[in-house]
Amino acid sequence: MTDRQAIFQHRFDNGLTLVAQSMPWLESAAFSFAMPAGCSRESAQQRGLANFCCEMVFRGGGDYDNRGLVEKLESLGCDYFSSTSVYHSFFGGAMPATGLLEALGVYADVLRRPQLPEDQFEDGRMTCLQEIHSLEDDLSSRVMLELRRRFYGDPLGRHAEGLIEHVNRITLDDIRGFYDACYQPQDAVIAVAGKLEWPRLLERIAGLFADWKGHSSPNSPATPPEHGVCHIPFSSHQTHIGIAWPSVPYNHPEYYLARGAVGVLSDGMSSRLFREVRDRRGLCYTVAANLHSLRTEGSVVCYCGTTSENAQQSLDVLVEQFQLLSQGITEEELQRLKVQIRSGLIMQQESCRARVGNLAGDILHLGHVRTLDEVSDRINGLTTTGINDWLRAHPPGPFDVVTLGEQPLELHDGIPTTSAR
Amino acid sequence: MEFRQHQLANGLTILAECNPDAYFGAYGIFVRAGSRDEQAEISGVSHFLEHMVFKGTPTRSAEQVNLELDELGSSSNARTGEESTIYHAAVLPEFQTALIELLADLMRPALRLEDFETEKKVIIEEIMMYQDQPPYGGHEQLMLEYFGGHPLGQSVLGTVESVGNLNPEQMRAYFAQRYSPGNMALIAAGKVDFKRLVDDAERLCGDWKSCPVQRPVSLANPQPGFATLHKPNSTLQYVLQLSPGPATEDEDRFAMRLLATILGDDGGSRIYWKMLDSGLAESAGIGSYEYLGAGLVMSYFCCEPKLAQENLALLNAILLEALQGVTAKELELAKQKIVAQILLASERTEARMFSVGGQWLNNQGFKTPAEIANQYRGVTLEEVNAVARKYPLGNCRTLSIGPRTDLVLG
Repeated sequence: MTDRQAIFQHRFDNGLTLVAQSMPWLESAAFSFAMPAGCSRESAQQRGLANFCCEMVFRGGGDYDNRGLVEKLESLGCDYFSSTSVYHSFFGGAMPATGLLEALGVYADVLRRPQLPEDQFEDGRMTCLQEIHSLEDDLSSRVMLELRRRFYGDPLGRHAEGLIEHVNRITLDDIRGFYDACYQPQDAVIAVAGKLEWPRLLERIAGLFADWKGHSSPNSPATPPEHGVCHIPFSSHQTHIGIAWPSVPYNHPEYYLARGAVGVLSDGMSSRLFREVRDRRGLCYTVAANLHSLRTEGSVVCYCGTTSENAQQSLDVLVEQFQLLSQGITEEELQRLKVQIRSGLIMQQESCRARVGNLAGDILHLGHVRTLDEVSDRINGLTTTGINDWLRAHPPGPFDVVTLGEQPLELHDGIPTTSAR
Repeated sequence: MEFRQHQLANGLTILAECNPDAYFGAYGIFVRAGSRDEQAEISGVSHFLEHMVFKGTPTRSAEQVNLELDELGSSSNARTGEESTIYHAAVLPEFQTALIELLADLMRPALRLEDFETEKKVIIEEIMMYQDQPPYGGHEQLMLEYFGGHPLGQSVLGTVESVGNLNPEQMRAYFAQRYSPGNMALIAAGKVDFKRLVDDAERLCGDWKSCPVQRPVSLANPQPGFATLHKPNSTLQYVLQLSPGPATEDEDRFAMRLLATILGDDGGSRIYWKMLDSGLAESAGIGSYEYLGAGLVMSYFCCEPKLAQENLALLNAILLEALQGVTAKELELAKQKIVAQILLASERTEARMFSVGGQWLNNQGFKTPAEIANQYRGVTLEEVNAVARKYPLGNCRTLSIGPRTDLVLG
């Protein structure tokens, strides 16, 4: 499919992986540092610590104070971000490629020599608390976060923002302790894509990070999931519905069979959910399902937002469509999906930001990069027989459901729920 | 990279930025039709029509349209605003003609009654969705109050009542007024076969009947003031402010965008250091928006309710201090930021299509990303400070939304 891919990978002795894709037709570059400092590493009594630490780390490093750091990155034209997920905290940006090597040096200061300034500790806490409050007003996110919490259990079902009461009692020593334990080169990944020269990049990263020492920390102990149906009463215009059921993670040999099945359900305007719930019945504006993948577990998650009077019918139609899926997909559906996925893969190649996200994700999930050719071959290799056999062996369900709105909804008789298993 | 243009005899404009090195082509049909072109009794019709375009033509059912869009592997969508409706799709080069055939057919929609009634329910769901999302319809209320009776104050989505009362005949009449070829453009960017594009447009759109289209541009009469939208179960307090800014045709718009970046960008701006870095606000920003004959500067923040009064005072101090001018260092950083954003966007085919189309919508001719970047580079400190004085940002209309009803302006 492409002869323009040049992907490089190097693992340093300290366990840090550098992965890069040269895209010489661009004038820009993007980078992402994935540090093994996600919220699954924090204790169950300190929910929000990883996110708070990420916030504090970015408040100055090396000789850069908070303001100096921001001004330096902006002078390089760097559009930067930081965020925390289950396993990792990410620090990254996109910029004109001319300043890339310099920006990487700034991040070495931030990640290896953070100031964790005491005089900004309360500002950092306020920032984290505001993020938690803001989630409360995002009703669709609330539903999906609660669904994820129940489906995966702790710590994999956590969201990074954590809990207000926990964030309120975190100390600067807690932040320092978490930094020392988790900001380590082992299992860390640096991904870079765009206009770059691999030998110079490798030399630069080696100079900045090869002498970093340390080992990553284990996850917090696991607690079991809570399956079944859950309703959050709330006075709102729409009822927000989240549904999940088990699937396979990205590194599973059958991942693309599951991807194909979910694609028929939700990719594009001819997909089954769009057609049946929105187009034919006018029950909602937003409906979508996708595969969600952690390292060892995966799920299908579906969201639908619909006014209260349409909510029960929407849920019934959704579940009916999930069940119909196990009866198989058609050759036409698969062919449409293949064209869509292939187009998406090709279009993605113009964006260094999109590529850097995929490079980092592949290393974190697989340990190596799946080239676009490889992905394309796997998609092209899908057959209706393969997907339908897989669907018969793994029919959608049992369903976990979380709803938020005026009234609870019912899963009708004959529909298996996870509370019964 | 080559800029090409052509106009059909019926007035349809065709513009393309052809890049033989691109992986795919992005195509859009831009129509000068938006909420400012609506009478109050058909409020929301532009947006509803945008939905109905995908519900089929005399020769295609809604289902066929969706099937074909997916069979082409297209990444397609549409958007409606105050001044425009845009239908767009990106496809691999081999699908160019098939996509243009589909898009051209869609521009002559069937508007069947059964589809109309089903899609009306989807639009009402969309309105309800936004009612549940912060700022809970606050933007529409603020625009309405700020603009008084001016057409730019009309909601793009319309209301449950106005959309509920619409019928296909009203939509047909509106379509006939706005979707005349002289009021539309076919825009393309990326790996585009321009000759084929023109030939296809000639074949598929050449018989579209033309009629005169008007858009009266009346002067806006902004209404300063303060209002509250009580939302008891909101966790945060949201505050939005509008004040006048340069219009689309006003050369001051470059200086104003630089000023807004200095004051209110989400990183490194005055707002950032005073309200975001300190954790006083969850989000905050200032942006400038241009329309024909009128411009806006919008400021906003959201925060814990107990901090809302303090943040409102901080925001207004920032807006008032702008009158004293900005520094050369601030201006230089803002230029770096905007020029870098232009570079990053210039590498994305769809963004190029929107840039070419946006310039057509605004009668601005065509400028390359490098030329636009140079326009920002050329803005002087004196020009930014003059704009700050010409458009006093403190002279605004404010809407406070959330559990608190006791905020005051100062």
